[in-house]
Amino acid sequence: MRISRRLAGFLCAALALAACAPAATPTPQIIRETVEVPVEVTRIAEVPVERPADPGSLVVYSGRSESLVGPVISQFTEATGIQVDVRYGSTSEIAATLLEEGASSPADVFFAQDPGGLGAVADAGLFALLPEDILARVPAEYRSPDGLWVGISARARVVVYNTDALSPDDLPADIWDFTDSQWAGRLGWAPTNGSFHAMVTAMRVAWGDERTRAWLEGIQANNPVVFEGNAPIVEAVGAGEIEVGFVNHYYLYRFLKEQGEGFKARNYFLPGGGPGSLVMVAGAGRLANGPNAANAHRFLEFMLSTVAQQYFAGQTYEYPLVAGVNTPAGLPPLSDLNRLDIDMTALADLRGTTQLLGEVGVLP
Amino acid sequence: MKPARFVRLPAVSRLGIRPGRVPRPSSWTSLVLWGLAALVAAALLLPLAYLVMRAAGAGEAAWQSLFRPRTLDIVGRTLGLALAVTGLSALIAVPLAWLTVRTDLPLRRVWAVLTPLPLVIPSYVGAYLMASALGPRGLVQQLLEAPFGVTRLPEIYGFPGALITLTLLSYPYMLLSVRAALLKIDPALEEASRSLGHDAWTTFRRVVLPLLRPAIGSGGLLVALYALRDFGAVALMRYDTFTRVIYVQYRSFDRSQAALLALVLVALTVIFLALEAREHGRARYHQSGAGAARPPTLARLGIWRWPAFAFCAGVVFFSLGLPAGVLAYWLIRGLQAGEAVPGLGPAAWNSVLASGLAAAATVGAALPVAILAVRRPGPLTRRLERLTYSAFALPGIVIALALVFFGVNHARWLYQTLPMLVLAYGILFIPQAVGALRAALLQIHPNLEEAARTLGRRPVEVFLKVTLPLLRPGLVAGASLVFLTAMKELPATLILAPIGFKSLATEVWSAVSEAFFARAAAPALLIVLMSSLPMTFFILREQRADDRVDA
Repeated sequence: MRISRRLAGFLCAALALAACAPAATPTPQIIRETVEVPVEVTRIAEVPVERPADPGSLVVYSGRSESLVGPVISQFTEATGIQVDVRYGSTSEIAATLLEEGASSPADVFFAQDPGGLGAVADAGLFALLPEDILARVPAEYRSPDGLWVGISARARVVVYNTDALSPDDLPADIWDFTDSQWAGRLGWAPTNGSFHAMVTAMRVAWGDERTRAWLEGIQANNPVVFEGNAPIVEAVGAGEIEVGFVNHYYLYRFLKEQGEGFKARNYFLPGGGPGSLVMVAGAGRLANGPNAANAHRFLEFMLSTVAQQYFAGQTYEYPLVAGVNTPAGLPPLSDLNRLDIDMTALADLRGTTQLLGEVGVLP
Repeated sequence: MKPARFVRLPAVSRLGIRPGRVPRPSSWTSLVLWGLAALVAAALLLPLAYLVMRAAGAGEAAWQSLFRPRTLDIVGRTLGLALAVTGLSALIAVPLAWLTVRTDLPLRRVWAVLTPLPLVIPSYVGAYLMASALGPRGLVQQLLEAPFGVTRLPEIYGFPGALITLTLLSYPYMLLSVRAALLKIDPALEEASRSLGHDAWTTFRRVVLPLLRPAIGSGGLLVALYALRDFGAVALMRYDTFTRVIYVQYRSFDRSQAALLALVLVALTVIFLALEAREHGRARYHQSGAGAARPPTLARLGIWRWPAFAFCAGVVFFSLGLPAGVLAYWLIRGLQAGEAVPGLGPAAWNSVLASGLAAAATVGAALPVAILAVRRPGPLTRRLERLTYSAFALPGIVIALALVFFGVNHARWLYQTLPMLVLAYGILFIPQAVGALRAALLQIHPNLEEAARTLGRRPVEVFLKVTLPLLRPGLVAGASLVFLTAMKELPATLILAPIGFKSLATEVWSAVSEAFFARAAAPALLIVLMSSLPMTFFILREQRADDRVDA
């Protein structure tokens, strides 16, 4: 008897804990499938095809997923004969691995999704200086000022809005204005997302910590719907579950490609030039202790070639960074954006950002 | 398996050999056992040593943020979730075990095979499917919209979603251990209770339930630690637990802070271990007297047959049917839309190879630990056994980075090789094997081994000819549990596998992380199917033993 009472007590305690836990954040979400875009390879013999007898090999650590960069890496192998071994993972986990490996890493190249990951590896002194001719292919604002890494493609922060509920005229010029109480219950964001962290870091640089804290608290006060990533936000905006969301620009085009022009969401590029108009890069650097320096340089050259840049523009809807490659159809050219003027390396200070997000209660 | 049937101590006495003359285990045997156990302990101490080393580098700010109220709050939430998941699992698993072992439930054997299977579903997939099926505008809502005009289901995100998802994915741990215990309870005990005038319910409460306590405790420990460690389900269900905090720290590249937090998780594990230790204490489960257990009579459910049937069907529908159904739906929809399913042969082979090696190696490593824990109980062996649980509650990324550090600096030849990955799986999953072997060993009466020793067999012979065959069910159970958890493991696989190594789990991750669901469906279904095979085999085996009792 004594025993069963204890067991019952345990179960009751468990259920009581269940009952007094905080209520869930109201978050509508539907998950639909995004059809993969078939890769059409435009084969231009633009890459110099001089193949030595043994082209050698290359080890790439990629924080970008295989479905995004796998095809273009295969093209590199086809064009050069260089055997590429790739370790895929999320940018932060791959960067953490590189930091643990230190100088003993077998990696030649780190291909990262965001400047934060690149910055962490650069700060640890693991990147080698890149040759000037590689750096020079990309405008100065999209590469490391110290020449340690180079941007491969650019992504813009935008506000995605539901076309039934809003028109661009209803939207403010600056992201600050979403703290206004008229947006209560109409917003969505993804506070654990790396690009979101980059934007908050940009806020801390442009506005200072106090104003950033005020913005975060202002948005919190408007009861934003919390999502795990950018794609579900775009999805929810298209479905009309929320009216606006803070995302990267390219997710929308994957939905448009699949669901046609009837998809009820569009991008709004904030014209104010503040942190909401941040343009950031996905980029790569060469590990100083990697054994295949020459092949690593050829890899970076290839990623900045017209072929690869067209691939990024056409297949992942990112902004190409090399002159002469067209912006994906339907996107305002990068030069027309009133983007935030910021040094990409300043986006590497993620520690202060997570600290701030934790203090405000946006992150655990 | 009724070892007691063969124990005829009086007969042995008649031969003039008194139990007191049983040769003591040779020091050589002890040396081998302790030597192997020391190796296992050394491997298990690697991650802890790494965490202490990293945490030592933590600055004042890290310590300060460790002691902020928010941390305490999250510890509370995490403990609350783990306890609630354990409690709810008990409410599901104990009735399920009883119904499938001891009653005339319709389709009893089908339910016996199906109910433990949700364990094979990876939590990141399970949570995704749960959200897409039960979300406010998910598949279930879409089904209900036309006939009933339901446009929105209630929210499941936050605590309820995390609780439901984690329970449905982890209750099989408790079900398996309670089932195994129920199958072995001597029905004479219950009959004695009934003959003393107690009704069925009182008998269950006063006789069966106390006998099940150790099984509920050890199964509950695995459930609780699973809830502590899980990242996928809590992330998708948007409930902040300690694991999420650790991931956030890794995302901002603060390894010292992450290590400090991971050590807190280890401390929480110690609390759960202490709770469990109170349950199993000094219990012994081999039959003490001579004579065989008779088959139990199946309880007649009467009018409760169909409610019980509905209960089993409901649990299987939500924990297995729904996820498998959504995966199949994604796959079919993708195929109809002309999506090609990529060849999964190499990934499937890699998964089976790595998980198979992990299962064999882990059970091998667990054997000396379990033997020492059961046959030489003492403070040292107790600590050794507890040590095997130290990594089970840690997120995979922590173990992975610890082994990166160890491999790069001290075992270069091992780094990024298949054995390294197997080592990681072993460190992560060894408690499941130790638990299964321990339960099996407890059922083997030491007299059997001693009898063989008195008959002049050497310890190695006794082990091979007596202990090992009797241990087989435990070996199979432990190996299949390790196999299926290794099949679905992701973070350590991504970081530690040989470069270019693709497994089914990494294929699922690669597709899901870019929202290509149709492409994720095929490898996810394969994981479920392939790990269901050893699981089904193991349950059918157990069931066969049960059937023999029926006959």
